[in-house]
This record gives sequence, structure tokens and C-alpha cells, in this order.
Amino acid sequence: MRELIKAKEPFRFCSRLHLWELMGLRASTLGQLSSLIKKVPDSSIYHHTHRLLQLHQSLSAEPPNDFAYWVTDILGEEDLGEKLYSIDTMQYQNIHDLRDRIIAIIDGHLQEKPLSKFRVARLGEEFYFMKSISFILPTEYVANDLQEFRDILKQIAIDSIYFHIFEAKLRLGKKTNDFSYWIENSLGDKKLAQEISEFDPYTRTLEDLRRTIIRLIERRIAA
Amino acid sequence: MVSLNEYVPIVGQSIINDLRLLGERLKGRVVQNINSTPVGGGVAEMLSRLVPLFKELGIDARWDVIKGGEQFFEVTKKFHNALHGRAEDIRRADFEIFMKTSEENIKNVDTYGDIVFIHDPQPIALIKKKSKNKWLWRCHIDVSDPGERIWSFLKDFIVRYDAAVFSAPSFSRKLPIKQFLIAPSIDPLSDKNKELPEEDIEAVLKKYNIERDKPIITQISRFDRLKDPLGVIEAYLLVKKYIDCQLILAGGTAADDPEGLQVLAAVQEKAKNNKDIHILLLPQSDLEVNALQRASDVIVQKSIREGFGLTVAEALWKEKPVVASHVGGIPMQIEHKYSGLLCRSIEGAAFSIKQLLNSPGYAKKLGANGKEHIKNEFLITRHLRDYMLLFLSLDHPEDVVYL
Repeated sequence: MRELIKAKEPFRFCSRLHLWELMGLRASTLGQLSSLIKKVPDSSIYHHTHRLLQLHQSLSAEPPNDFAYWVTDILGEEDLGEKLYSIDTMQYQNIHDLRDRIIAIIDGHLQEKPLSKFRVARLGEEFYFMKSISFILPTEYVANDLQEFRDILKQIAIDSIYFHIFEAKLRLGKKTNDFSYWIENSLGDKKLAQEISEFDPYTRTLEDLRRTIIRLIERRIAA
Repeated sequence: MVSLNEYVPIVGQSIINDLRLLGERLKGRVVQNINSTPVGGGVAEMLSRLVPLFKELGIDARWDVIKGGEQFFEVTKKFHNALHGRAEDIRRADFEIFMKTSEENIKNVDTYGDIVFIHDPQPIALIKKKSKNKWLWRCHIDVSDPGERIWSFLKDFIVRYDAAVFSAPSFSRKLPIKQFLIAPSIDPLSDKNKELPEEDIEAVLKKYNIERDKPIITQISRFDRLKDPLGVIEAYLLVKKYIDCQLILAGGTAADDPEGLQVLAAVQEKAKNNKDIHILLLPQSDLEVNALQRASDVIVQKSIREGFGLTVAEALWKEKPVVASHVGGIPMQIEHKYSGLLCRSIEGAAFSIKQLLNSPGYAKKLGANGKEHIKNEFLITRHLRDYMLLFLSLDHPEDVVYL
């Protein structure tokens, strides 16, 4: 086991809590969905591409995309749903590009299959647009080295892990997740930072994600 | 009185830590809740649990009740039904009765809160007293398809609030003010939901002469047409053709629901001569409700409209299989075939009840999944958190708030 490196800057874990704001906008058809996706703010796109990640935190690794769920389960457009499910969100550095991709897929589908525009959701099953308001709170948990970091990861609220991995990167526009940034810049461990930044967190439950990061860190401490 | 630490074994320490962090940021703030009844119905029940916990978190939470006579509550019941989309003959005189009582309340109710939190339409007109404090309107009703006349009347008040809160996305409508989605909750430590020893369950069954010699199907609800108790009896009779079972319809009435006794009489009439249908007009006895739910094999909530349908969350928390209508907030609590069964008709309800009674393994799995879902999304700790975030949002218009 190698000697633990003290961090140049300690890592303070934050907690992220969210409140859902309703927008009073609803879509019954694919055309309306596409048109509203073009108009709503980034925080709405973020919400609808990340909400299910938090809802199904310990049950199943559902694709975290409300649009895909709605076109599949309510409109019965399974091909389109699959295309939306499989968007590789990891590849996007900002919401703007992610939004463009979603619109391109829906509009492309409408061109390919013009009859799809006649599918209408029944009353009460329309797509309701919302957005997330995030509240970021610093917690009392501070790590000065990898061991402390791992110990905190084992007990910190899952919302904190969610914030540092997902929200920091895509919503706040950082180039990588907070954990990788700190490990590379404060501990100088580029390899571990890269390992954490390279796996796809969108196909895991949040508890799986916690376990995976802990496993990578433990392997590194033991090396 | 229950303390926050007692929730730690259920939801974990980190959730309670978050609540305390939020409480610190709202310390001393006066949050004045106002509704129309101190007992009966979901709103009073939730407030009675939330207010003491807010106090423990350092928020000066208060709870006041408006006054209203029989006529006023008859009119607000009409409003309630019309908001749920039922055709109601609302006359000019009704609006006048509503405004007359509202003006008296405007004169007599002191709206001293830093945040005035108005629950449901009955006290909505108090907004006329708005000064520099913040005002929130909390709608507990399913307004997905309201009568336009009543909606338009209430909208004139709603738009003067700082924000509105709805229980389900489908209740959201285009408004010029902010709207938030906050689902209601159940309290796992309340008399209605806490664990009960078997002898307590038996004692309640004995009190009502119910034997456990055949499966029990139960709907717990106020006697209200929108809860469709007559439809439940019809569904039960369809099941009874194939499975020897019994039905419990149990509930109370609320002070602001003058129609309750009429509905109860209609239900008693329909159930007469059937010894396996138990109609129980319960006093405000949460322990008895708890015992009846725990004694049941299937819980039904066959509402026509539903503000949210907390009886579903209560049943799922007790790991009971549930058959419930696809209305209001119920689809938020039940993912069809995963954490319960959703239905849209009497026949559909009957089919699902039969399915659950005949497949106990499947029923057990649905109940277990349901409990996990309720634990994550519909317990009082989540509700406290959302309300505190709502209060904080009044000072922070941005989408990402650093506290």
C-alpha cells in the first residue's frame, strides 16, 4: 500500500436538493413536444434528462430520459423512444448541444414517419414540462486525502454524489465531474481521475455509482 | 410528540442532516398556515404532523383556521366538485355567499406571517390582505380539468399570490406566477401508519364484528361521491361471484363536507342485506384505520377524482397490494404492475382484485416495491424538505441557488 498523498486543497462535499417547478406547458403530440423543447429553458431540458436518475436511485438503472419514456409508453413510438434512450449524454458538455440532439432526433423521426404526428396522448397523459431548481449546500464533510474521501463517500447522502458527478459537469458547465477534478488537481492522480471520469454514470443506479467509485478508490489505495 | 431523530432509522441520518441545514437558513421565520378545518381530511392531518416538526427545525410555524357557516361550506363543496370537473349549478348567490364569508374572514383573520401559506380554495380570498409579506397558495385538489367558470373565479385570486403549489404535474395550468410541484406525504410514525401489534389489529376487527375467515378487500375514504364507494361495491360484487371475500368501506366525514352523510346513506342502502359488506363510519380514529389496512388482503382506492390519494401511500407503506384508479396523484404513487395495479373502470378494478387475491406471491411483490417507492418519495421528511426549499425559493429567483 502506497503512502497517502495530502491534498493541496481539501474537498468539501456539497449536498444538492431540488425543487420542481411546473411550467404550465403540456404537449399531446410529437410536433408539440418538439416545438416546446425548442422553447423551454435549459433547466427544463436538464430536469427531463436527469429526473429519473434520482427517482430510481436504488431500484433500477432506468434510462434517465422523460422524453423517451413518454414517446414510448404514452405515444407507442418505440423506435423513437429507443433513439432518445440511447443518447450518449456523457458526450455533451452543455445543455444546448444536448437539446439540439433531442430535437434533431424527434424532427428526423417526424420526417421519416409522417403518420407519427397524428398520435395524440389521452387527457391526463400529456407531457408536462417542468424544471429543477437546485439548492447547493456545503456539508460538514471534508476530505484531505483519498482515505478520508472514501470514508465520506460511504456515508454521504446520495444527493451529494449526484451533484458532484452529474450536475457539476453538465448543468454548471465544468469540463469534468468534481471528484475527478479534485483527484487530478489536488492529489495529482491523473490515472484515477481519468478512470472516474470515463465510466458512464447514466447506466447505473446511484447506489451502484457510489459502490463503483469506492471500489476504484480502494484499488488505488491498495496499489 | 415525535422528534426528528426518530425518523433516522427509517430514512437515514443524512436526510435529517439536510433538514437541519435548511432549517438553519429559515430560523425564526414565521410561516402561517391557514385552512378551513382543524380536523378531518388530508390537509388537517398533514398540518398537524408538519407544524411541530417545522418548530423543531427552528421555523416559527403557526396554523390558523378560517370561520364559515353551513352555507359557506355547502358553496365551497360545490366549488370543490366543480374544480374536479363535475357539473355543478353554481349560481351568483353562491359566489355572493362565498365572498360574504370571505370578507368577514378578511376582517377577522390576522395575516401576520412572514410567509402566509393558504391551503385550498376556502381561504383563498384572504390574498386581498397581502402586504409586503410573501403569500403561497397550496392547491390540494385535482384541477386537471376544472369547470371553467369556477377556475376563472379563483384565478383572479391565484394570480395575486407569489407562487402556487400543486400535487401532480397534470394539475398545472398556465399561470403568470410560479408554480411548484410538491406531493403530499404520510407520516410513518403517526398512529395511522406506525407498526401495530397483532393483538391491536384483532381487537379492532372484533370491535366491528369482522372475522378473518375470508379475504378482506378495503377502501378507506371519506364518504364522498368522488371516492366512488358505490363503484367499489359493484366491483366487489363482481369479484364475489368467483372468490368468497368480504369488503370494508370505512371512513369519516370532515367538518367542511356537508355532503358526506347523504353519500353514506346511499352506500348503506346499496350494501343492505349483504353481511359481507362492512360499512364503518369511523370516528377520527387513526389507529383503527391503521389496523383495518393492516388486516386487509387488498386495498382499493377507486376514486373518480383524487387530490392525491394518500390512502394509497398509507397502504403501500404497509406493503399491501393496491388497486387504484388512474387519476390525480395516484399514478405518481403506483407504477402499474410494478408497485400496484391501476384501473379505469369497475370491471378493471374487479379484474385486478381477483388477480391479486389469486396470486399472493405477485401481490406480495407489488406491496414490497410499493413500500420502497413510498419510502423514497412520499414520507413526511421529503415533504418538510420540499416546503423549506419552497420558502427559500421566495428569496431566490435563480435556477441554481447556493446556500
